[in-house]
Amino acid sequence: MASTIYERSRPGRRAFSLPPCDVPERRLEELLPETLRRRAPARLPEVSEVQLVRHFTELSTLDYGVDTGPYPLGSCTMKYNPKINERVAALEGLRDLHPYQPESLAQGALELMYTLERWLAEIAGLAATTLQPAAGAHGELTGLLLMRAYHEARGRAPRKIVIPDTAHGTNPASVVMAGYEVLSVRSDGRGGIDMDELAAALDGDVAGLMLTNPNTLGLFDEHIVAIAETVHAVGGLLYYDGANTNAVLGLSRPGDMGFDIVHFNTHKTFSTPHGGGGPGAGPIVVRDTLAAFLPVPVIVREADGRYRFDYDRPQSIGKVRTFYGNFAVLVRAYAYIRALGGEGLRTASEAAVLNANYVLAGIRDLFDVPYDRRCMHEFVVSAEPLKQYGVKALDVAKRLLDYGVHPPTTYFPLIVPEALMIEPTETESKDELDRVIAAIRAAVDDAARDPELLKTAPHTMPVGRLDEVGAARHPVLRQRCPEDGV
Amino acid sequence: MLAAVGVASQEELYAEIPETVRLRAPLDLPAGISESELFAELRRLAGANSPAGAMVSFLGAGAYDHYVPAVVDAITGRSEFATAYTPYQPERSQGVLQSIFEYQTAICELTGLPVANASMYDAGTALAEAVMIAVTQTGRKRVLVSRGVHPEYRQVLATETAGLALEIAEAACDDGVTAAALRAADTAAVVLQQPNFFGGLEDMATAARAAHDAGALFIAVVDPIALGILAPPGDYGADIAVGDGQALGNPLNFGGPYLGFMAVGEALVRRLPGRLVGETVDGEGRRGFVLTLQTREQHIRREKATSNICSNHALNALAALVYLSWLGKQGLPELGLLCARKADYLRARLLEIPDVAPYTAGPIVREFALRLPRPAAGIISALAERGYLAGVDAGRFYAGLDDVLVLAVTERRTRAEMDAFAGALADELATPGADRG
Repeated sequence: MASTIYERSRPGRRAFSLPPCDVPERRLEELLPETLRRRAPARLPEVSEVQLVRHFTELSTLDYGVDTGPYPLGSCTMKYNPKINERVAALEGLRDLHPYQPESLAQGALELMYTLERWLAEIAGLAATTLQPAAGAHGELTGLLLMRAYHEARGRAPRKIVIPDTAHGTNPASVVMAGYEVLSVRSDGRGGIDMDELAAALDGDVAGLMLTNPNTLGLFDEHIVAIAETVHAVGGLLYYDGANTNAVLGLSRPGDMGFDIVHFNTHKTFSTPHGGGGPGAGPIVVRDTLAAFLPVPVIVREADGRYRFDYDRPQSIGKVRTFYGNFAVLVRAYAYIRALGGEGLRTASEAAVLNANYVLAGIRDLFDVPYDRRCMHEFVVSAEPLKQYGVKALDVAKRLLDYGVHPPTTYFPLIVPEALMIEPTETESKDELDRVIAAIRAAVDDAARDPELLKTAPHTMPVGRLDEVGAARHPVLRQRCPEDGV
Repeated sequence: MLAAVGVASQEELYAEIPETVRLRAPLDLPAGISESELFAELRRLAGANSPAGAMVSFLGAGAYDHYVPAVVDAITGRSEFATAYTPYQPERSQGVLQSIFEYQTAICELTGLPVANASMYDAGTALAEAVMIAVTQTGRKRVLVSRGVHPEYRQVLATETAGLALEIAEAACDDGVTAAALRAADTAAVVLQQPNFFGGLEDMATAARAAHDAGALFIAVVDPIALGILAPPGDYGADIAVGDGQALGNPLNFGGPYLGFMAVGEALVRRLPGRLVGETVDGEGRRGFVLTLQTREQHIRREKATSNICSNHALNALAALVYLSWLGKQGLPELGLLCARKADYLRARLLEIPDVAPYTAGPIVREFALRLPRPAAGIISALAERGYLAGVDAGRFYAGLDDVLVLAVTERRTRAEMDAFAGALADELATPGADRG
């Protein structure tokens, strides 16, 4: 394994250079009283610049990105991130803007955000957008706070949010953060919401319903119109978890399905890089009846064509983050939508759905397919049949690493045992899809021939299977420093 | 491919979408364009802005114009980091995992606290999550927050906890520092920022004692560059430290993406929100890194999770780690001292101007506030025309402080720039009847 940057540190080495002090060199003791001063410096690494670069270059070679190869990680939409997006986001006139510089000196940034808001509203089929949320989960919390404000404005205080059992874990967690209770409903035999359970759950205490459509099984809920009608009938609102929007761009809009609030994950649907876990962005779009509650500031365009921030929104929920949003991420999303246009977005979704169906057709004989329907942009199979060899979904995933393909999402959604959730995305060509299929088939072949090979996989990585139980039992969450004697 | 799938047309793949919710018209978006046209359009939008480099900037208030060294771009631009996702497969993600582990270590070193998470969205959301930890830990619903905490962080706290029925009380911060008498009784947490929004330095140790005497947690909102020279939260007994890591190698980017950092004492480890990376071994005893203590998290605990966050700002945290490694043990205090000297110099120069008075009178480290003889908004506009981003008008956040200007000085500001700025401000204030605010 690679040394850590702290292990590479040697006293007195340095990479930094600072401008000379061109003002009186007052001593720290004159500037700060002793009680406020730091007694000992933080033990940061001491390395030369070339050591610094080599260290992080070595670390980067241990990783696998979309640029490395196929990344069919279900629910994460690991599509290619166009390089032009990086170039435009690095333009000095977009990158080096201070959030509090006068609006008159940031008209291009405001125009970009204003335009993107309208494009997202069109894609969602709804009315008004906020770009503030930093991630999908953050968009969920924002959406739920909007629901709360909406009901309060009507003198209502319903307490529950309905969530299907296929939902992302963020949905129930967001519900609790927003001060609501979770009301879980089961899926029916076709993988959609069980309409009888839903009908039984709905009453005047339901503030709303959160749904991913297509859902995490990759299936479009055929009852969506009826679901929306019954939820609206008890005064509730519908929240669209936009994680799976890549299936339906330009083909079916959440607003037309009856949803009132939608979040997009720009890092999934609109090609902004995942960054090893972030930053992404989770803008939300709402029906006109909810627009007054959106976070401040709202960007407005004056009659003379100038843009400004409007903070004078008395019904606004407030702010869900500092400043205006993950602007540099939004620049990339703008570039993506602009490059593709409406037709390009629809073509992308069509290819994403075709690719998922193609991979499913290539491997369906190897696994259980729990809901045997036409999938959308992703699908879920169960590795239960491999239990006869003592092999689990996790083992298949680890073996795929040896075949040079990033494994699918495993053990999600929770209602499918030994789940493998596969989302190829539209940016993989048929050749790459065939490679994914071949790798999965080879792994299953290995399971029948030599199960130990899977149970001990991976065999070609810098480290073997890691002891996660031990890591949690005796957490070591930072570098041990020799002088601490631990 | 259609044949392999067993359909005759693409349209057949959508048979399960009810016709009533199919979009049959094209999206009303501009038509797609080529890469060169796209570049031209974004150049036009970029050209309609004035970046910090085209002005002389004294803007701070949570976003700072520190120099970002070239090594940061070189490393964060590596696509193995940029185009990977959350390291769900640790054996193929050791680079991201180890870098987060190293980042966590750096935040522990900076804050003097033993455990840091893998980063959050920004300081405001990190503060809201810190308060939620305190509420759960103490079982109390009241929070006492100084008005010296960045007004937007406080606004995020209020908005994000709107459904939790908290009572968020404010401690006065009328003369540039928080009032000494803190009513901490029956409080889950006391929150102060160091340095505060006005650049004033708080007596954190006394506030921490007041919190602890009342059985409350003490939450410190801190600035990572200032921690090069200021006592770390661990020294004055903070239970939780949060702050914004933007200043550590992340461009201004019109407000984001930045990173929120969070560090806690050992007692709060299992209440931490967000990702955590831990060290472990493989079957042959080789060191490796994994996401750990995941039973706190939403994908396992769902509605019982510590938070809904399911990501971090990994690439921003990587930038922060590279930046801190570039500065190193010597560089961070040197940078802190350099900024403090320059801020001290500029404040002294500006106070030579007639009718300009200090708002933060005590020691400062990078940022400070002044009382002007006229509303700050008009002065800011006038100086923008002369090429200066003069600072932030405190009146946009605080009623009655329309004449208070908050200025920040980074290592990028030269003495010549500061002297010229002092001249421009004096000039502007000397212009009779020039109150354009």
